[in-house]
Amino acid sequence: MSDISRRGVLKAGAIAGAAIATPTIFASQAQAFRNDPGSAKSIKLGFNVPQTGPYSEEGADELRAYKLAVKHINGEGDGGMMNTMKPLSLKGNGILGKKVEYVTGDTQTKSDAARASAKRMIEKDGVLMITGGSSSGVAVAVQGLCQEMGTIFMAGLTHSNDTTGKDKKRYGFRHFFNAYMSGAALAPVLEKEYGKDRRAYHLTADYTWGWTQEESIKNATEALGWQTVNTVRTPLKASDFSSYITPVLNSGADVLILNHYGKNMVDSLTQAVQFGLRDKQVNGKNFEIVVPLFSRLMAQGAGKNIQGILGSTNWNWALQDAGSQAFVKSFGAEYGFPPSMAAHTCYVQTLLYADACERSGGFNPVGVIKALEGHEFDGMGNGKTLYRAEDHQCFKDVLVVRGNDNPTSQFDLLKVVQEVPRAQVEYDPKIFGGELGPYEV
Amino acid sequence: MDAIFIQILNGLDKGAAYALIALGLTLAFGTLGIVNFAHGALFMLGAFCAVSMQKLLTISNKVRDTSITFFEAYKEVPYLELWWGDFGTTIIEWSVPISILMAIPVMILVGIAMERGLIRHFYKRTHAEQILVTFGLAIVIQEVVKHFFGANPMPQEIPGFVSGSAPVGTFFGLSDALVYPWWRLIYFLFAASIIGGVFMFLQYTTYGMVVRAGMADRDTVGLLGINIQRRFTIVFALAAVVAGLAGVMYTPILPPDYHMGMEFLVLSFVVVVVGGMGSLPGAVAAGFLLGILESFSSMNEIKSLLPGIDQIIIYLIAVVIILVRPRGLMGRKGVMES
Amino acid sequence: MSIQSARKDLILMVVFIAAVLTMPIWLAPVGASYPDLLQKFAIFGIFAIGFNILFGLTGYLSFGHAAFLGVGSYAAVWSFKLLTMNVIPAIIFGTVLAGIFAVLIGFVSLRRSGIYFSILTLAFAQMSYNMAYSVLTPVTNGETGLQLEQSDPRIFDAAATGSGLPSTELFGMKMSGYPGFYFCAVLLILAFFVSLRIFRSPFGMKLAAIKSNQVRMSYTGFNTRPYLLVAFVISGMYAGLAGSLLAATDPLAGAERMQWTASGEVVLMTILGGLGTLIGPLLGAGLIKYFENIFSAYNEQVLHEIFSFLPQFMENFMVFIVNPFVGEGWHLTLGALFMIIVIFLPGGIMEGFAKIAAWFKKRGNKSDDDDAAAPAKAQTSEG
Repeated sequence: MSDISRRGVLKAGAIAGAAIATPTIFASQAQAFRNDPGSAKSIKLGFNVPQTGPYSEEGADELRAYKLAVKHINGEGDGGMMNTMKPLSLKGNGILGKKVEYVTGDTQTKSDAARASAKRMIEKDGVLMITGGSSSGVAVAVQGLCQEMGTIFMAGLTHSNDTTGKDKKRYGFRHFFNAYMSGAALAPVLEKEYGKDRRAYHLTADYTWGWTQEESIKNATEALGWQTVNTVRTPLKASDFSSYITPVLNSGADVLILNHYGKNMVDSLTQAVQFGLRDKQVNGKNFEIVVPLFSRLMAQGAGKNIQGILGSTNWNWALQDAGSQAFVKSFGAEYGFPPSMAAHTCYVQTLLYADACERSGGFNPVGVIKALEGHEFDGMGNGKTLYRAEDHQCFKDVLVVRGNDNPTSQFDLLKVVQEVPRAQVEYDPKIFGGELGPYEV
Repeated sequence: MDAIFIQILNGLDKGAAYALIALGLTLAFGTLGIVNFAHGALFMLGAFCAVSMQKLLTISNKVRDTSITFFEAYKEVPYLELWWGDFGTTIIEWSVPISILMAIPVMILVGIAMERGLIRHFYKRTHAEQILVTFGLAIVIQEVVKHFFGANPMPQEIPGFVSGSAPVGTFFGLSDALVYPWWRLIYFLFAASIIGGVFMFLQYTTYGMVVRAGMADRDTVGLLGINIQRRFTIVFALAAVVAGLAGVMYTPILPPDYHMGMEFLVLSFVVVVVGGMGSLPGAVAAGFLLGILESFSSMNEIKSLLPGIDQIIIYLIAVVIILVRPRGLMGRKGVMES
Repeated sequence: MSIQSARKDLILMVVFIAAVLTMPIWLAPVGASYPDLLQKFAIFGIFAIGFNILFGLTGYLSFGHAAFLGVGSYAAVWSFKLLTMNVIPAIIFGTVLAGIFAVLIGFVSLRRSGIYFSILTLAFAQMSYNMAYSVLTPVTNGETGLQLEQSDPRIFDAAATGSGLPSTELFGMKMSGYPGFYFCAVLLILAFFVSLRIFRSPFGMKLAAIKSNQVRMSYTGFNTRPYLLVAFVISGMYAGLAGSLLAATDPLAGAERMQWTASGEVVLMTILGGLGTLIGPLLGAGLIKYFENIFSAYNEQVLHEIFSFLPQFMENFMVFIVNPFVGEGWHLTLGALFMIIVIFLPGGIMEGFAKIAAWFKKRGNKSDDDDAAAPAKAQTSEG
């Protein structure tokens, strides 16, 4: 009761205050948002990537891409994808004439640390947008924070269905593909290569990303007519998978699906090959291993063991379209090696954000969100791409790749088997539930 | 039956790894009384001896891939292969066993440097200070390795001649379908012989006897005019070598990265304490016990009964054992109890 | 307690309160004055102070205190989800539930001492962490961490829901930003005060006696276990309070909070600052959090700005030298710092202060140096 009356008093006071200040406040009130750059000459973006821990190599590559994107937006360097991006509103003079600067932070691939780092960027450094990360847990956590803070989050590498599914947020956007799309893209290729009559055994990292991938791949393969023999969860911290791999040998399965990423994937794949799974014949067929989410950076760790193994990836530097070529060219010139798929998605996200600001004519996140929602663009690799308004997920072509048997160089680890067209991986946004939440926070 | 047999093999193999890591730790921890949080880093350094040896052997002739113009991509052919053909390839495949030759002197030097430079000054300091200084050291070592080798795991090869699987089923008169990777069997035998070697050294050499005496009563041995300080240096170096060799031989199973030491650190402490402080046989027994039980707990039949049991089994066993046996399996009274 | 030492404590308390409340001002020059980091300083300060009550006073090294931090966080977020966004019930639930966990774990673990005790606590915490990450996901939301949702019941303030997620509040005052910091700061002051009282109380004396010689204590027919358990539970509740404050200022509870690295962190904070001292753990906590949040954020661009006063070649050279130690190299600096401090200052940062104080005293009064020469180690239970 007292609460209500106190609130009433506050409200009355606020109205009185507003009435006095009406002439000046009214105009700016409509535009008030956190870290409004006003008439400042530059704006800041926050690059929040893993700099320590097992994913730091990926984080370093993301950071390289961000620096390159900032250069290109500010009109330095060769412009990269700014030359191929369509439609393009950026003019090479920063965003809306303001120079782009950046701050960096370490997510440590932990939700807590990532949120602390993002908060620092928002509260101390005054950034307008946060981007980066290389795990879904971190992406969902930071995305939730950004929704509360009213700051836009352009997700980095995150593959879980949840990021734009049950945990989607109005202020969060994902360019990267997801587990559902991996399944949808892989299934036809698996059918073509391995037939309709297969028995699959899943080893799944025991946390949310692993589960969503297991579910997606299971649904996709069962739709082909495959049977699922078993799905086994492995502890995240496991490094010796022998006791999970040996039961596969006598389970009657003829395909092993590894729903593992990063170090887990490197270890389980290496060990599965050592246990001779790939030399086996089961049910009169060659035993096969599938790694649904492949990353070239991580695949290096598994060495020759990836040869001939199918998987999917968001992007690969060997793509021949003009956008990818332009990006690989300027990244290669800058750093002397090709970008990873994490670098690609981060670079594209930065450009997309900048372009959306330019199109909306300001930095107000509400306007920027509306400019991104339903935006269709081309010339950034992966063909024509749509930022779907309903869940902030990008829809674009997905690559099915195979570990290269005979690489022509140290970077030539994955060979593109098929560019699966976007139409084939699209789905109804309702299947994962979740709610975007409000524009105004 | 087959499933159980194979899980026993898995358990022995895992146990051998745990025992080997714990053995090195317990030499420093249970006997010198140093809470060495840098033990994991020693394990990792050993693994990176293998990485370095591989890098050395695969110094390559780089042929530019001219189809790629945006950056310099090379087809790398190691000089050894260019010069000696298949023989060269074989040498490269053998890089892990060869790197043992390098790892032993390197780890001895690292151990001596660490003991002389740092650990020695901390024998009389509190455990809290030992933790802080060795943990700091572990981080520094890790970061230096990361600086030179990056953060990604580095795949290591198994010599072609033992790369396949052994038909263990036929060895034991079980199903022919039962196979087990040769390398894991070799790892087991290797671990067993290292463990045996360390025990023999401590048990049957005079040197080892003095060390054991020093563990029991440092002051008295010192009074007898024996330079126990130097012996302790040697024990620490031995611990470093054991940890390093465990790391070297594990690389084909677990592609090493700079972070791997931290992941084994907690586990090795648990193994040592479950084994009982100050007891080498205890540590080895605990390693095998935990390895085997962990393997069994990850069997599907058991997981369906107790979901998630494989996540916690090690710690659960540790709790049970410490509660049932106050000083672990074979702990000595009064070591690190206060 | 003599009147003199009571007055000393009063001065300590006043200085402490002033220092904590003015943190936003005096931390500004080092770039640490923004709400999130200030909140973290206060919260981890509480965590470390509580840990010190167990480790510093009794010598029992718990390697599983992060479990209580995690339990406190989960309880608080569930309170936000089910009951109300008011932080008071949340921190009460968090602290009490952590206390219950501490009773259970403490009762079992305190049956052993020394390293066996440490491993028991470690084992319990690691079990909690592994379960929270995997099979307990319905309760903990696993990898992602427990977050607020639109559909949460929140039975006590259902009427007030607008669009979007509500924020945590204290009777209408939002708990993010500076109000959040001052709320944490007040609790930090309270926590410090309680800790001070415990250190000075007969109970604290008994704990210290247990530390110095448990065997002798038990020979006198004195049962040490209940005392140890009380100390364990108190410090567990401090951890629970810290955990629930983490959730109160930022409503998310992640499983990593229970991992051994988090337990290790509070051990390091305490030792780094000065084990057994009143203020030390707080300083250790601040230092580690500062490194984590500020040092990791330096990049080449920032370094160039910092060294821009130098001539160009010197600037580049300095950036080249410093760069490996900041940004992604912040772990390296932290590791080196641990080593340097423990090698040169066995008593942690507090010993550094004591040495400086002694030096000044010596300079000020050369003839009378028996006071100044008192080594820092002797004053283990002094501020």
